[in-house]
Amino acid sequence: MSLKQISVFVENKPGKMQHLTQVLADHNVDMRALSLAETSDFGIVRIIVDDVYAASTMLKDEGFIHSVNKVLVVAIPDEPGGLNTVLAILSEAQINVEYMYAFMGGRNVSHAYMIFRVEDRKAAVAALGQKGIRCIDQDELAQM
Amino acid sequence: MERYFQPEIECASQEQIKAWQDERLVKQVKHVWENVPYYRKKMEEKGVTPDDIKGRDDLHKLPFLSKDDLRMAYPYGLRGVPAKDCVRIHSTSGTTGKRVVAFYTQHDIDLWEDCCARALTAAGATSEDVCQVAYGYGLFTGGAGLNGGSHKVGCLTIPISSGNTERQIMFLQDLQATVLCCTPSYAAYLGESMKEMGLTPDQIPLKAGIFGAEAWSEEMRQDIQNTLGIKAYDIYGLTELSGPGVAFECSAQNGMHINEDHFIAEIIDPSTGEVLPEGSKGELVFTSITKEAFPLLRYRTRDICMLTREKCSCGRTHVKMAKPMGRSDDMLIIRGVNVFPSQIEAVLLNAGYPANYQIIIDRVRNTDTLDVQVEMTPEMFTDNMGEIKKRQSELESGLRNMLGISAKVVLVAPKTIVRSEGKAIRVIDKRKI
Repeated sequence: MSLKQISVFVENKPGKMQHLTQVLADHNVDMRALSLAETSDFGIVRIIVDDVYAASTMLKDEGFIHSVNKVLVVAIPDEPGGLNTVLAILSEAQINVEYMYAFMGGRNVSHAYMIFRVEDRKAAVAALGQKGIRCIDQDELAQM
Repeated sequence: MERYFQPEIECASQEQIKAWQDERLVKQVKHVWENVPYYRKKMEEKGVTPDDIKGRDDLHKLPFLSKDDLRMAYPYGLRGVPAKDCVRIHSTSGTTGKRVVAFYTQHDIDLWEDCCARALTAAGATSEDVCQVAYGYGLFTGGAGLNGGSHKVGCLTIPISSGNTERQIMFLQDLQATVLCCTPSYAAYLGESMKEMGLTPDQIPLKAGIFGAEAWSEEMRQDIQNTLGIKAYDIYGLTELSGPGVAFECSAQNGMHINEDHFIAEIIDPSTGEVLPEGSKGELVFTSITKEAFPLLRYRTRDICMLTREKCSCGRTHVKMAKPMGRSDDMLIIRGVNVFPSQIEAVLLNAGYPANYQIIIDRVRNTDTLDVQVEMTPEMFTDNMGEIKKRQSELESGLRNMLGISAKVVLVAPKTIVRSEGKAIRVIDKRKI
């Protein structure tokens, strides 16, 4: 129950991020979620797309340095305290979150989605599942 | 089995080498005194005449020539024979100022090509080999020198010159080149390009490479040897003396034999000009004892290095020079500390980074800043920011240990540092002093 995320190395200079979005646009890549971690000289752009293989091959051909990593996409009740419920479960299970970012969701209005990079993915999925919190997979994402 | 192009010369006894040098130096000083007024004036100012020079041991009495002298005497001031006896010129790239124009008689070219043939033979080349000369042809000496040497050895010579990387790789494959001659940075670039095309070293028959015209480190040698699957040999030379082939590496790969039948080498203290004993580190000075058209005496190369007469496993007897540790004009003074680009390169390669880097020096609020731009590679990239930062700071502390001053490592996207098909531009000094 995990999903593949693409992380791209981008220099922290004017136009570099746009160069990436231009390439993604030119190749009709539909981004579902995006986050950016930056330092003064470079950043890591993390994106969730429908077709990971196609996007990854295209980025390689275009000369971008990138890697593909597994992350969890958690469906969170879209209501006050929704995210807190999820984090409380992870906290109780002693699972460290390396980073997380939000995902707008699709047409499904009752849920928001949060992307988590955790140390122990299996333990996280199990802990969340026990409390009735669902993680979505690649197929489900493509259908949204 | 070690092969030699001219065994009787390359393996001559120390006494024989000294006898050649004594005799040729005396003759050369007379030639210069009679035909090069610029140098004669320098000798007169120092109160030296040809009669004072009886052999190699009197060399120290002669005045030095510097790059400034060459600029001042530009273009004809140091020519030793009339134009009608010259057959060619070569010229430096002029990156450090005015171009230097050097002249050659047919005899000069013949001896120069012998020197290049010695280098090729030492790298294992024979008449069975196909030699791809990817040095630039034209005013630059690299192409012409190795081309001539390759002919003398009897290799099938591919005068491809520099550039057009795809064609270079196509020829390496289709024409089965076994020996490659180019700058080390271009060799590294060719290796990188081959890797990108999905070619492995065993898919090309290349066995050896002769790489010179710019400084390169031992780590870079290992890198090139691995990516191209070859033995990489250094070659040294400068246009002022002829071109490549003044000195060359043998199978021992630990220093370059100077062709002492044509050049006398000295190591001097760059600040006092005093000659230093064997094994000392200092500035390399050359006296050309056989050149007719451009006979330079005691030419200061600005290269910092060491000489050794220790017995070499290859059987050659000519003195060996270490890889230059830098050039006194390559040397950067940053926050008062002497820094050579080759030191920075060694740290990068040791840490697994590619040899593509650029050093940017600036002065911010009266303090020098040193940035080293390094290209991110797929191998070094990870989704974990902490891991990248950790490697970055490890590299920074490696640089601080090597240089004695702190440097900032800036990671940049691949292919953003300009690849050069000739000499790489490693240093950008933005300081306005």
